[in-house]
Formats: sequence, structure tokens, C-alpha cells
Amino acid sequence: MADISIAKPAAETARGPNLLSMLWRDKLAFVSAVVLLLIVLFAIFGPTFLGDLATKQNLRGRNFPPFSFERGWEFFLGGDSLGRPMLARMIVAAHSTILIAAGTVLSAMIVGAGLGLVAGYMGKTTSQVIMRLADVIMSFPSLLIAVVVLYVLGPSIPNMILVLAITRIPIYLRTTRAEVLEVRERMFVQAATVMGASHARIILRHILPVVAPTLVTIATLDFAFVMLAESSLSFLGIGVQPPDITWGLMVAQGRPYLSTAWWLAFWPGLMIVITALSLNLLSNWMRVALDPAQRWRLEARKTKNV
Amino acid sequence: MSEPLLSVRNLSVDFHTARGTVHAVKNVSWSISRGETLAILGESGSGKSVSANAVMNLLDIPPAEIVSGEIFYDGKDLLKVDYETHRALNGKKIAMIFQDPLGHLNPVYTVGWQIVEMMTAHGRPADMARVRALELISRVGIPEPEKAMGKYPHQFSGGQRQRLMIAMALMLKPDILIADEPTTALDVTIQAEVLSLLKELQAETGMALVLITHDLGVVAEIADRVVVMNKGEIVEAGETREVYHNPRHAYTRKLIDAAPGKGDIKLLDPAAPLLLDAKKLNKTYGNFAALKDVSLTLARGQNLAVVGESGSGKSTLARTLLRLEVADNGEALWKGRDLISMAARELLGVRREIQMVFQDPTQSLNPRMSVYQLIAEGWDIHRLMQDKTKRRAKVIELLEQVGLSPEHVDRYPHQFSGGQRQRIAIARALALEPELIICDEAVSALDVSIQAQVIALLDGLRQRLGISFLFIAHDLGVVRDFADTVIVMKSGEIVERGPTAQIFEAPQHPYTQRLLAANLDPDPDVQAQRRATLTDA
Amino acid sequence: MTKMIGQRAIASLLSLLGLMVLVFFLSRLTGDPAVLFLPIDATEEMKQQFRALHGLDLPLIEQFARYVWDLLHFDFGESLRKARPAIDVVLEAYAWTLPLALITMGLVITTAIVLGSLAAFNVGGFFDRLVSIVSLVGASAPDFWIAIVAIVVFSIGLGWVPTSGVGTPLHWVLPIAVLFIRPFGLVVQVVRGSMLSALSAPFVKTARAKGVKNLPLIFVHTLRNGMLPVITVIGDQAAALLNGAVIVETIFGFPGVGKLMIDSILQRDFNVVLAAIMVTAVAIFIMNILIDIAYGLLDPRIRH
Repeated sequence: MADISIAKPAAETARGPNLLSMLWRDKLAFVSAVVLLLIVLFAIFGPTFLGDLATKQNLRGRNFPPFSFERGWEFFLGGDSLGRPMLARMIVAAHSTILIAAGTVLSAMIVGAGLGLVAGYMGKTTSQVIMRLADVIMSFPSLLIAVVVLYVLGPSIPNMILVLAITRIPIYLRTTRAEVLEVRERMFVQAATVMGASHARIILRHILPVVAPTLVTIATLDFAFVMLAESSLSFLGIGVQPPDITWGLMVAQGRPYLSTAWWLAFWPGLMIVITALSLNLLSNWMRVALDPAQRWRLEARKTKNV
Repeated sequence: MSEPLLSVRNLSVDFHTARGTVHAVKNVSWSISRGETLAILGESGSGKSVSANAVMNLLDIPPAEIVSGEIFYDGKDLLKVDYETHRALNGKKIAMIFQDPLGHLNPVYTVGWQIVEMMTAHGRPADMARVRALELISRVGIPEPEKAMGKYPHQFSGGQRQRLMIAMALMLKPDILIADEPTTALDVTIQAEVLSLLKELQAETGMALVLITHDLGVVAEIADRVVVMNKGEIVEAGETREVYHNPRHAYTRKLIDAAPGKGDIKLLDPAAPLLLDAKKLNKTYGNFAALKDVSLTLARGQNLAVVGESGSGKSTLARTLLRLEVADNGEALWKGRDLISMAARELLGVRREIQMVFQDPTQSLNPRMSVYQLIAEGWDIHRLMQDKTKRRAKVIELLEQVGLSPEHVDRYPHQFSGGQRQRIAIARALALEPELIICDEAVSALDVSIQAQVIALLDGLRQRLGISFLFIAHDLGVVRDFADTVIVMKSGEIVERGPTAQIFEAPQHPYTQRLLAANLDPDPDVQAQRRATLTDA
Repeated sequence: MTKMIGQRAIASLLSLLGLMVLVFFLSRLTGDPAVLFLPIDATEEMKQQFRALHGLDLPLIEQFARYVWDLLHFDFGESLRKARPAIDVVLEAYAWTLPLALITMGLVITTAIVLGSLAAFNVGGFFDRLVSIVSLVGASAPDFWIAIVAIVVFSIGLGWVPTSGVGTPLHWVLPIAVLFIRPFGLVVQVVRGSMLSALSAPFVKTARAKGVKNLPLIFVHTLRNGMLPVITVIGDQAAALLNGAVIVETIFGFPGVGKLMIDSILQRDFNVVLAAIMVTAVAIFIMNILIDIAYGLLDPRIRH
């Protein structure tokens, strides 16, 4: 109701609410954040602590069925076709999975947002050239281009990051440009111009902070997308190559055993789903939490799931 | 008086927001009879629309909750009837029109379809609805009704859209028409036309009219009775004339006193040195000439107002003087140097001397910067106040100068009310110690009582600091109170200019006369008198 | 409208050219087809003969020039693998992919719009939460994994549907179901978000004040306004499906264009890869035009 303005919030801290306490109030987002934190820890420390365990073959533990402590905790989720413990392998696989996704998202975001800022703020010709370039990339069947490029360059983690990043740049570019085009027309940007602010100042102090939360939100969502793309490539056999492992590769390796040992392909796939779902949930939360005008929704004691 | 047609009794509505429960209206009672016009007067946040929305079942429940009360129409309590019964009444017996007809008409359907739907939604055949629609569209003064039916809302002007809304509302000859701020977004001359149309239609159909407004002038022009609302409560109710002349409640008195256009008229100091001398400025967008040979002068300490309706070019003028737009030709000498052709380096120095206050402070303050950052930004740009330890004290001083307090310094814009935000914007402008402040509709988004305070603040700054103002506005009352010289613009041209007293008391140009005639006076007697002279003429 | 289509056609043609150049040279870099197509013990002479037969012994630039020249005569070259015109092979595969994509998108659009709209109307309620969770999970699941799980459960476990191949309508069930999930999850979320903002638009209030019933309020007044952002997302998803659902087609042994492209790349059947990419580009171009027309039909403000 427009008529009811809650102009003077009674009790609000001067510096705005703490992000952590807002996260705590949205239980789904909180759980997602914890899950993601855990996965990041796996990714960082997994290979160091469990690297040996995950590669130790044990022919007697081949396709060992899950849900049994008979062979120790590491075999709780079963053993793979070479008798290696699934649980340990999955924790180790988090490393490459997260590395590729993070590398891709970061490089795509930096390049895309940079170009988007320029395209949105500068004159028409620069903007047109950049946008046409993005259109061309967008019109490529990205998975196929990735296949061809990886086939030529050879499947390695840096190459995968390169290929995936190029296909993701347009997303950041378009979003940034669209936001910049809108934000630059806002009154506060004009107010800064009237005050004599330079282009650099307007872009960095006034436009970028407004656009940044959207970018972070999209990056979170995109992280999930890139992870799925990477696992698709690995599944097709042109992504990560053994002895490196990612969850996508594990699903592929488990595929021949579908009828005899379902857990080989099931668990790593579930990890992908859980990670992607957490990223999606966290991204939804961020959309609200990072916007000062909407933040109050999360400050309330009783959160309505809107 | 006969049995009222509609009566709201002891209505209380709460809104459950994230910040806690807001009592939107408390124990509100009003009623209306056939043929009568009732105005519900209040500022933003007063809850003036809430009871009307409850009548129409338009409150979103939750977050709204109807705590108590009854709404009687035709012997039934509308708060107790089922959804279907209420829906069948909406539009048929009680119709409603809104502010901002562009937003309230569906952009993707033709207006004809939308008007006809008013009848088909209530089970009338479409061909009959079409005949009635054509009749009403022509009655509300839209040319070529057949063609108009096939057009979309964005193809009409603001005034025409409101006429179409009225036509739609009257399709089923409702007993009651509720109009929520129906003329607020319109130019004064259009506002006058729409109000008189409403009155004529009311006389023809005998419907009751509930008019929700913040504008005393609208109340004076149209209402038989008025209820005054403040903070969710009715503070006063009665005959319009009686309430205006003998307000009993302090809030009503404050509201009446705050109405602009009654203060002393200021005089220009003829000895003041010239600051700005603009000559023959032109600006066109494609085929549209936004400025045509506009010239003006401004002296130190002068309050020059530029008045005009939408599309008059008054904002383009401000933007051109600020170099937000580049004029096609002409010059604007600022202390002898031409603003239009000035190089970027030189312009930076002038940017400090000319500051601007925008219409909507919600949009002109970066939402992600604290008050401190907002005010201190100019110092960073112009390398002033390099001793950063002193900045905080200076910001606090500026805040106090505009009537805010030191504890506001680290807050963010969304934590303030509209009036407070505009004060922050003014403090930001003052931080650079400018010589000219250009105000583009700087008070028109504010409530009347806040408006008066901000005007007083600006005038105090002029007196104390010798700042000049270029004041762009459409509200003649505000202009009369604030300016010493007035320029009237229409279609990109200056049609009349002169001292404020001359413009208001002896306008020469017919357009100025029309503008003044359309400007509503808060005094019902003055309005009645004007109507009488208009009918005679 | 025609001007817009013209501009789009030029832009698409340019990107198609770029794509063609890129794929042409990149694919030549993947290696020598002679090695793959001839038996391992083939002599160098035989390989030479094979290359000469298919023009692979010419300098790359000349190969490209010839290819473009033939293309201008609508000759896409021969498929090395099948010894038939490449374009015929591609169009055959399209005859499988197109119905798969159309049926899937049709299902996605109808279900997502209906469920997303109802969820938005009933925001915060049980139905809304259910739709939100289902769509989030759907958007988060990798299709190859769903395909595998579906095969384990429905083919191997329950034996309801065949594991792979084509032939009976039952063969279509799993590929469609698997392809449906991710686009559905994404589109529902966009529909819900877009409908939420459309439902809070002022004109909805007007419609309620007019006494319009709930169903027309949602599906006549609001939906048409809320559809604009949805169409963009539908377009992206449809484009992905037209590209061929590589993974799903591979897993289910579905002879569509996605599987064809992957097989052709891996077997260095360059002409088929190029033909497939160009046909896909044309299909996506046509779809983009349809989307532009849909925008115009939905929103008169774009038309004028």
C-alpha cells in the first residue's frame, strides 16, 4: 500500500544489519551456505588429507555396496570398480570441480563486467561492437564449440576454464550493460555529474556498487551452471581426464556399472545436485539481502518466504 | 439528510510489516449519500486510501488485517459478504478510479476492450457494452470514439487517459464513484477540466463521489463535506467551508496554514550584480523543439522561478544550464564566461559554484552511500577540505543547518522520510558553498506541510548565505511564496516574465491568465466565486 | 518489423560466417580423417589417395575457398562416414530432433506458465513453496545424471520403458521427460517472478476494482504483461534444445542432431559438422524471428 510509508524505522542500527544474522534468519539459505562452506573445505583440503586413500586400489572392495561400516567409514557410500572408497573419492573430486567452476566464473565475470561497464557507459559505436561480439558468442552452440576446442587444445583444466569462460562472458556482459544503461540515467548519477564527478568516479563509485550485487547474484547462479557444463563435458569424455577427477567424470565412470552398482554414478550426481541447489538458494537469498531497499524483508523476526 | 448510501463504521486496519504492526487506520467512520461529494483529505502515510480500498476489497490480506469495523452498503456489511458477492458489486455499484491512469490501465489491451470489459465482466452482452462505451467515450470528451476504442493507453495524453478511466468507471452507472487522487499527476489546466467533468457527470447521474486527495484546493473546488485524516485517524470532519474557516483540530489548522500562496510577495533587489546571462538558447530533439530562443538573467541573491506545465521545456532549460544537455545554439554567460562552450576543465570549477536539487530525493541520492559519504563526495571531487579530520564536524554542521541531527550522519537514504531526504540533498548542495542552486521541482514530491518547511529552509539559506535560486516548478502557490521574479514557459518558449507581484496580480499573456485561473485556491469561497465568474463569462 | 527482421538477418549471417570460419579451421586442427577412416595397416599411398579424393591434400585456404564456393551452390559436401550428402544426413537427424524439441518445449511452456502463475497468485502458500522447491531442484540437476537415474529406475528396475533407441512412442517418454526437467525449472522460476511483479502492477488493482474474476485476472490481464521476460528465457531454452540435446540423445541412443554432431566431431566428419551447425543456426534464426513477432503481438508498445 503506497499510502503507508514506514518512514522512520524505530530501532535500526546505524550501519545496517549484519549479513550473518540475516543469513541465520533465512534457514534455507543458511543451510545452503553451510553446505557450500563444507564443499569448499573439501575442495581445499580434500586432496591433501584423502588423496592417498582415494587412489588406493583394493580389488577385494570392488563395487562394494554402500551403507555398511564393514570396511570402515570410507566405504560407507560403497566402493568403485577398482575398489576405491566412494566417499573419499567424492571429497577429493570436489577440488577439480570447484576449481574449474570458480576459475571460469571469476574470469568470465571480470572480463564480462569490465566490457559491460564500458559498453554501457561509452558511446554508441563502442557499445555496438562489443554487443555484436557478444551476440556472436551467444549464437554459438556453446557445448559443441567447447567440444571442438577441447578436442584441438587437449582436455586440461586450464583449457576447460578458458573454453567455459568464453562461453559465459556474454551473460555478465549483457547484464552489466543493461544495468549500466538503466543506472546511468538515474538521478543520483546525474547529481554526481552536476557535482563535477569524473567518468571513472561515476563508474567506480556510483554505477559499479549498484551493479555489483546483481553480478554476485548471477555469478552464484552461474557457478551452478558452469559446474553442470563441466560435468557434461567430463561425462562426454572430453573434459577432465584421469587421474584428475570431478563429479561429472565419476558419473561417467560409473555408467557402465549402472545395472550392477548404481551407487557409482548416483552419489557424485547427487553431490552436483546438492551443490547446484545450494547455490540457487543462496543466490535467491542474495538477491534480497544485497539490496538495501529490500533488506528489511530479512530483518524481520518472522520471515515470510516471498 | 436521508439514509446514507455507504457508511464506514469504526474501521480499524493493521498492516503486519516486517518491522512490526502498523495501525494504518484506527476507528475510522464516514458515510456518503446519493449525489453528495465527500473528500478524504490527508498527507502521505495518513491512511486516507485505506478505507476506500477496504470498501473495494482491494486490501491485500495479509499483510493487511481488518481488526474491527463495518462497511454498510445496501443493508449489507461488505466486510462480511463472500468474495463473489463483493466482486459482483465492484464496478457495478461502486466504481473506482486512480491516480496515474497510465499505470492503472492495462498497457497491452486496447482501451476499448478494457472499457467494454467493465460490462462483460458483469455478464452484459458485448455488443450492448460497445454501444455504451462509444457513448461514454464521446461524453467524456475524447475525439473520434470509434478510433479511440482501438488505441492503446500509451497513445493518449495523461488527461485523456483519466477521462477514459472515468468513462470505464461509469459504464454500469454505479451508485458510488471513488476517485483516489484522480488529478494529482495532471497539469493544473487539465486538472481543472477533469474536476469539472467529474462534477458534471455527478450532476447527470446523481452518483455519490468519494474523492481522496492531499490537495486542499481540490477539496475546496469539489467537495461538499470533508474528513481530515492524520496518522490513521480522522481528526476532523464537516462541511468543507466550515472546516476551512473554523478548523477545530490543530492538525487541520497546520494543514491550512501550510497551503502555499498566501505569504508576502518578495521583491527583487535591483542593485544586485548579474550572475547568469543566458541568451537565445535553443534545443531540439529530432523534430521537437524543447527550447526556442530562451533568454534570461539572474542576479546574485535572486529567486528566479520558471513556471510551466509538462512539456513546457522548463526542465530542459535547467539541464541545459547545467550542461547535462548541450544547447544547439545560444550562450549562457556565468560571471562572463559561456557555460555552453566552456572546456571540461573550466567547467569543473563552475560545477562547484552551481549546484542542483532534484525533484525526487529518493532517486537523486545514491542508495548505497551513507549521508556522510553523500555530503563529503563533492569535497573529494573538488579537492576541498583535504584535512579529513575536520570533514565529519563540517558534515554535522551542514546537517544541523538543514534541520537534521548529528546522529543521522552514518545512516542510509532509505532510512529517512521524503522530506528528510530532500534536506540531505540540500545539505549536499550546500557543502560546496555554491553561488546558485537550481531546484528542479524540488518540493513537488513532498507533502504540503513538509513543502512549507523546505521552502522556508531554502529562503533562510538565501538570506543568510546570499545564494541565488533558479526555481523550476509547476505549483503556482509555491512559486508565489518563494520567488521574486517569475518566467512563464509554454511549448519551449517564454510567454511572460516579470516580478512575482505583476505576474500574479496583473498577468498579461492569456496563457498565464489561464494557468492562474486553473490554479485551485484552498479557500472554498474563493473557488465558488471563481466558478461563478467563469459561468457568467 | 521488416526492418528489424532485416537487421537481425544481417547480424545472424555475420555470426554464422564467423562460426563457419571458426569451425572449419578448428575442425581441421583436430587431426587427419584418413587415419580414422582407413584401416590401421593402410599404406601411406592409400591415405594419400583418400585425402586426394576428399580434397584434404590441398592447402587449408584452398579447401576453405572450395567449401565456400560449393556452399554458394547449396552443396554442403559429402559425409565421409556415410558416403552421402552431408546435408541429407543432417536433415534426417533434424527430423528426429525437431519433434523432440517441439514436444518438450510445448510441455515446458504450458506447465511452467500455468504452475508459475498460480504459484505467484498464491505467493507464500503451500502450492507456491512446492512449485518453488520442485523448480529449484529441477534447475539444479544435471541431465545426464537424471537420465541415468531414470534408466535405472524406469527401464532396469520397473521395466516400463525401453532403455534406448527409437521406434515406438514409448521410446520417446524418457528423453522427453529428462529434457523437460531443467527448462521447466528455469522457466517456472522466471514465470513466477515475472507474474509476481505483474500482479502487483496498478492495472491489476483496476481490474479488481472492476470486479473481474480471478481466473481472467491472472490469465488475461496479468499473464500477457508477465510474459515478456518469460519469452526471452523460453527462447534461450528452445535454442539449446534445437542445438540438439547432445547428452540425452547420446545416452538414449536417439538419432538426433546433437548425437550426430558429437559423433561427427569425434570421427572428423567435417562436412557433417559444418552442415549441422549451419542448419541449426538457420533454425535458431527462425525461432528468434518468431520470438520477436511474439513480443510484438504481446506488447503493443513494442509494435508502435
